[in-house]
Amino acid sequence: MMLIECPWCGPRNETEYGYGGEAHVAYPSDPSALNDNEWAKYLFYRQNPKGLFAERWVHSAGCRRWFNAVRDTVTYEFKAVYKPGEPQPLKTTNAPAQGGTK
Amino acid sequence: MAEQVLTDISVLRTSPLAHLASALEQGSVQGERGVKLREIAFTTQIGVRAEPGTEAHAALSAATGVGLPASVGQVAGNPEGTAVIWSGPDEFLAVAPEGTELFADLVQALGQAPGQVVDLSANRTVIELSGPSAREVLEKGCPADLHPRSFTAGTAITTVLGPVPVVLWKSAEDTFRVLPRASFADYTARWLLDAMAEFASAPID
Ligand SMILES: [Zn+2]
Repeated sequence: MMLIECPWCGPRNETEYGYGGEAHVAYPSDPSALNDNEWAKYLFYRQNPKGLFAERWVHSAGCRRWFNAVRDTVTYEFKAVYKPGEPQPLKTTNAPAQGGTK
Repeated sequence: MAEQVLTDISVLRTSPLAHLASALEQGSVQGERGVKLREIAFTTQIGVRAEPGTEAHAALSAATGVGLPASVGQVAGNPEGTAVIWSGPDEFLAVAPEGTELFADLVQALGQAPGQVVDLSANRTVIELSGPSAREVLEKGCPADLHPRSFTAGTAITTVLGPVPVVLWKSAEDTFRVLPRASFADYTARWLLDAMAEFASAPID
């Protein structure tokens, strides 16, 4: 059992959560301008770093809200959680420290 | 053909645990290790959504008569009358005794503003688990911290019991209200009966 901190509910068991993959993947500003290759990259291509990674989680069995987390993919340790729209508190390889808004 | 007008259709209702009524009674345990199980059927339940800080939130808060809770765990009001449970930062569940007229007032309070007032009365049933062993029974399948230092009377959380998503409301000391969706009620009640069974015999040292 591992506790994950929901920004709204506090620490809860990991079984209450769902994983949403890499965070801060920007939606294309002009989707119709993308060719199939670019669209596929937007939809399916994700980083898989060793170390700190910004990713999306959802508190499915609790408040049902999405939030972002910085997790160490080596130790599985959660370094930070933050609400959508809040700046990313820690630098990771997949997004700058003053991160995105999604 | 003679015309038949049924004026009170409530006689046609069946609560999700009606078929287990006697099992719940027989499964209840008396004494100092006691734990009692019963269904509180046909409660009024209304789903309310409004962003805190908005006019709609303030209007809905006033219309409930007991306010809207501000953060996780909080329950506005009381278990005997209208109680409003926090289910998300902009989402609430009002629970009141059968027949409580609250829905129209809330719809009016929201008006055309962004938000939601939905009658969810048939969505979940209320199972009440009470007695000195109630917490121990729940702790067999609920991963949340139910110790009184963390989970106090008059608070509620959304979590899971076994595999079932539930609202868990500690309505009083040693009294828990479990709200599973109606389709999960049978399973949840049987799960609880099974978890309660050991308390009918003396503990093994
Ligand atoms: Zn949460």
